[in-house]
Amino acid sequence: MVHALTHVVYTTPRLVRVRSACVGAIELTGLTRRFGERLVLNGLSLSVPAGASLAVLGRNGAGKTTLLRVLATLLAPHAGNVSVLGEELPRRGWAVRGRLGFLGHEPLLYRELSGRENLSYHARLHGVGPQRVEQVLAAVGMARRGDDPVRSLSRGMVQRLAVARAVLHAPEILLLDEPRSNLDPAGSELIEGLIGRPAGLTRVLTSHDPEAALAEADLVLALEGGRAAYLGAPEGIDAAQIKELYR
Amino acid sequence: MSKHARHLRGLTIATLVFFLAGLALTFFYAPDDVNQGFAQKIFYIHVPLAIVSLCGYVLGGVFGVIHLRTRERIWDLRSYTAIHMSLIFSVGGLLSGAIWAKVAWGHWWVWSEPTLVSYLIVVLLFCTYQPLRFSIEDPERQSMYASVFSVVAGAFVPLNFLIVRLSEAFVHPRVLNLEGGTLPGSMALAFYVMVIAVALLFATLMKFEMLAKETRGQTRRLRRKLLGDDAVAPVGRSAAPL
Amino acid sequence: MSGATEVETASAGASADTPRPPGTLATAAAILRKDLTVELRTFETVPAMAIFTVATFVIFHFGLQRDTLSGQLAAGVLAVSLLFAAILGTNRLFVAEREQGGFDGFLLAPVDRSAMFLAKAAALFLYMAVLELVAVPAFALFAGPPRLGSALGGLVLFLALADIAFAVIGTLVSALAVHTRARDLIGPIIGLPLQIPALICFALGTGHLFTLHGSQTPPGEWLLILGLYDVVNALLAYAVFDFLLEE
Repeated sequence: MVHALTHVVYTTPRLVRVRSACVGAIELTGLTRRFGERLVLNGLSLSVPAGASLAVLGRNGAGKTTLLRVLATLLAPHAGNVSVLGEELPRRGWAVRGRLGFLGHEPLLYRELSGRENLSYHARLHGVGPQRVEQVLAAVGMARRGDDPVRSLSRGMVQRLAVARAVLHAPEILLLDEPRSNLDPAGSELIEGLIGRPAGLTRVLTSHDPEAALAEADLVLALEGGRAAYLGAPEGIDAAQIKELYR
Repeated sequence: MSKHARHLRGLTIATLVFFLAGLALTFFYAPDDVNQGFAQKIFYIHVPLAIVSLCGYVLGGVFGVIHLRTRERIWDLRSYTAIHMSLIFSVGGLLSGAIWAKVAWGHWWVWSEPTLVSYLIVVLLFCTYQPLRFSIEDPERQSMYASVFSVVAGAFVPLNFLIVRLSEAFVHPRVLNLEGGTLPGSMALAFYVMVIAVALLFATLMKFEMLAKETRGQTRRLRRKLLGDDAVAPVGRSAAPL
Repeated sequence: MSGATEVETASAGASADTPRPPGTLATAAAILRKDLTVELRTFETVPAMAIFTVATFVIFHFGLQRDTLSGQLAAGVLAVSLLFAAILGTNRLFVAEREQGGFDGFLLAPVDRSAMFLAKAAALFLYMAVLELVAVPAFALFAGPPRLGSALGGLVLFLALADIAFAVIGTLVSALAVHTRARDLIGPIIGLPLQIPALICFALGTGHLFTLHGSQTPPGEWLLILGLYDVVNALLAYAVFDFLLEE
């Protein structure tokens, strides 16, 4: 105990920051976010090690999307500490922004522009070269339809483009809100290498299908009313508990 | 005790004293105007109302700046209350101005008086403050956007006065100046006492409104704590910060 | 210290060529380019503004029952028509960003947020300039103000400065209104009073140009005041705009 204390006191702030980056890619302590008077996230604490996948379960309105938006720097926490890649949010949000890949409910694509134009726009915002656009476009199997306006594409194709947008700048952390919605098995297969476990990235994901989410997770967080009802290994939560969670 | 309740009693008494003194000076001490006679007495309430409400708008903008910098809700409440009170004072200012214009120039409204015209433009702008707040549902975004509005609109007040006055000066050059340096001493005394009285009234009412808003919020929090979150009906949409 | 090297090599390995976030001007250029592409594809804003302006001239003709306009009347009709067209453009400025996730996409990128203000103000300025290429000849045709030819130089100066005011204030008001429920109403009612000083300068300055025996040179004092109004508002809007993008 004494040893640990002196260690904390005598290390420089910079070293502490680097160390926390080694401890976990995402560190939350007491994260709280309100909407008006309602608590959407209520004192959430957890740690996701680098390279691990965290599945977030819970019924609609449990706070899954809010959690992802806080991690994506789109929402500021009202209380508690949030550290992503060793950077304190929201103060140092700009330092992590380019290192996160966010895939939300909305594809974040302009309907009148083609997939290629949309990706080029985001590539410019992230300072990524044009050859990377072609690379991800091919990876999601959209190179051939890349010049069609997004409004003319099917929902599955739009979702594939959204995946391409999320991984365009080679992020270190992926924040995925129901990434496989609207995708058929073939499409799901196609994006596996980009955002699935083979990508080897730190991931936070939600899913409309809890069994599938559990299968690709190292850690599970079950949210109920903004609090953690369960936090631990996927083996520790059984079917009855999951059923209760979504009841 | 809330910090808004501090000095409230003293402030209220001071307001009363200054108002009585101001009215007494207006009616019994200051002489009747040579041209306009007794009706000119409305000047002693109209101009202070206008001046104080304009200062209130600018003050709302200053509070807005502090809110944007510190992100503390109390500054949003202050900004809101200042603008809210100024709007109420403005209605009084416009009505008394119209009456004065009718007496002095024979018309309810005159476009040739730049102060009156720019005042109207400012009031028109600040009239949109409440609708703006009301149509933003997220309370946090509401307070943020309202502060941005208050900053822009607060800076607009002096700019607008400058431009409207210049436009009149360029179009109809004239030397006549209605208010300002030409007041005789006894009139000036009554006028300045009334300005202070109206300013004190503004401060008192502002403090009262903030106290009321704070008490309402506290009662709500207590009820939620005692009865549980679900037993208390959610707040309806409101233009006022909570 | 070994932890630090580990982290750095890990992040360097994740992205082969490290993305370099663009500067403010480059970001603004990317957004402007995207907006102009969408406008050229949909023709949603500028043609509507042009038709609206010409229709306003016609309506003024019937309202005023004059075949030709001169002096202050001519200047007033031109100024009011352009202001209303600017309000029309202002209403549409951020709609795609809000409805198609443009705000989120932009906020996720590691870029200066003021770039959004620069880009949108530039877009609105360009829309107004293109509109005036149609509106001024139409005004000459329908209103036939005297000495328009010799006054053209001064008129262009006034138009440029007024367009800056329309663009700067319009962008700020549009961002203020786009997240409100009644944005089509809130935008114009906030915008109109804020534009009045610009309207005064423009109308009085050009009124001088359209009089039969007026001087050839544009009234410098009005150009100066209009320019000052532009500068003050631009600085103010630039300072507060970032707060409107936060959630």
